[in-house]
Amino acid sequence: MADIVQFENVGLRYGAGGETLSDLSLSLEAGGFYFLTGPSGAGKTSMLKLLYVAQRPSRGVIRLFGEDVVTMPRAELPALRRRIGVVFQDFRLVPHLSAFDNVALPLRLAGMDDDAVAASVHEMLDWVGLTDRAAARPATLSGGEQQRVAIARAVIARPELLIADEPTGNVDPEMANRLLHLFDGLNALGTTVLIATHDLHLMGHVPRARTLRLARGRVSDPVGALRHPPRVRA
Amino acid sequence: MIPRPLDRIVARLLGRAGPLPQPRIAGPMAALIAIMVFLSVLAGAAGLGLAGTSSALDRQMAGRVTIQIVAADPAVRAAEAAAAEAVVRRLPQALSVARVPDSEVASLVQPWLGTLGNDLPLPALIDVELADGGVPTLRRALRPVAPSALIDEHARWLGPVNRLVSALSGLAGALVLLIGIATAATVVLAARGALDTHRGTVEVLHLLGATDRQIARLFERRFALDALLGGVAGFLAGVAVLLMLGRLVVAVRSDLLGTTVSSGSGFALLLTVPLAAALVATVSARMTILRVLRRML
Ligand SMILES: Nc1ncnc2c1ncn2[C@@H]1O[C@H](COP(=O)(O)OP(=O)(O)OP(=O)(O)O)[C@@H](O)[C@H]1O
Ligand SMILES: [Mg+2]
Repeated sequence: MADIVQFENVGLRYGAGGETLSDLSLSLEAGGFYFLTGPSGAGKTSMLKLLYVAQRPSRGVIRLFGEDVVTMPRAELPALRRRIGVVFQDFRLVPHLSAFDNVALPLRLAGMDDDAVAASVHEMLDWVGLTDRAAARPATLSGGEQQRVAIARAVIARPELLIADEPTGNVDPEMANRLLHLFDGLNALGTTVLIATHDLHLMGHVPRARTLRLARGRVSDPVGALRHPPRVRA
Repeated sequence: MIPRPLDRIVARLLGRAGPLPQPRIAGPMAALIAIMVFLSVLAGAAGLGLAGTSSALDRQMAGRVTIQIVAADPAVRAAEAAAAEAVVRRLPQALSVARVPDSEVASLVQPWLGTLGNDLPLPALIDVELADGGVPTLRRALRPVAPSALIDEHARWLGPVNRLVSALSGLAGALVLLIGIATAATVVLAARGALDTHRGTVEVLHLLGATDRQIARLFERRFALDALLGGVAGFLAGVAVLLMLGRLVVAVRSDLLGTTVSSGSGFALLLTVPLAAALVATVSARMTILRVLRRML
């Protein structure tokens, strides 16, 4: 199967100081289900930021959908980003917009007409159990509710790649399971899923999932889940 | 093409509920544009009026001359004056000829000289309106019949007045231009500020795959609306002031001021001021926002 994500010797350094990520080489198969774990501060969020191109690496090559995103011109990024759904660790809901409008954003950006948007968004909100909170502004939602809005927004456009940063950190175990089901279902429809999480229990729920461990900026592969690309340099 | 539904998100994003803006007086931006447009309308009207006065002066002065027959001997003077008048009347370039009666000439100097003037030899005066370039012909025609004739061209002494009026008119135009530049500069600052305020939202929109254009559109709309609102308010205020001034001017009944205000085409030209302001605001906002967005990832 084709690789949807490829990292080759990727390094990331914020300002001065040491590298937050070093020599990251890995590839993710299209259609795979991956967990990314590691202690707090290991660089999980940093790695995901590289993936959704919120950050360029200091060195190395990153390919998404077979295209080099490091040298990709700005003008081509929007089209690339529309193929990716992201659940941010800090949600990043637009404060002026209701839950409904936040979830609708990706569809509206893609130019979908109002009726289709409304139908999709209602179905999605129903899935995450927020139908009666559709009109609420993010500030009036609980942490878990905000997280579910963020998840709904990330998956509504059926992205080819779903990136979720601690997507179940703020919900009860039952809701966590329900959300995992959502990701699972999406994965079954072909979306590649990458979830950063500390939740070992959650990881046990998807037997086919593979796990990447990040520790001090380097990725380890305890169960041989990764297919390292051939080394470019000796 | 920008999808239409985005307009609606944008409207909400920018604090307006629903697709239509709420009927509220917009913020400081609108007030600023209103003031700028108000000032521009006044300056523009002054500029147009002065330009009108200047061309009216040009028309009035062009070809106006007064012939002075200054021979000291009253008999010679009378003979030269009569001959000169006859010659000038026959010139095809002379559009109108009028002998100024001696009594009128006397009354002209009377305030300065009193009865003394009665004994002084006063020149005979003939007012002539000439077609373009008629002065040399007139000079040639007069030389044989009235050697003592002096030709006084009105353009020579009204010229400085006219130059002053044109300079003031140019100055008014420059003021309008400066106000326009100041408006654009303020909009640039305001657009940067707006972008800064909504930076978090802009970043998220980018990460969700919004293009720079889609994002710029959100802000541009706000600026266009504010500018249009402010522009119309400033224009109405400016026109109200002009109409009031116009009535005062009519009361003064001055030839010079008469042309300054209130012609239909003048108002039509002034109407471009608020439209130009809206355009300047929208374009400056868009350019600023696109420039800042380009620096983001
Ligand atoms: N924008 C930034 N500027 C400077 N340093 C940063 C920045 N973002 C992250 N870091 C640093 O990089 C390291 C990795 O951070 P990161 O957020 O990727 O960790 P994480 O694995 O996601 O942690 P957690 O599990 O707590 O979310 C941390 O030491 C953090 O302080
Ligand atoms: Mg993190």
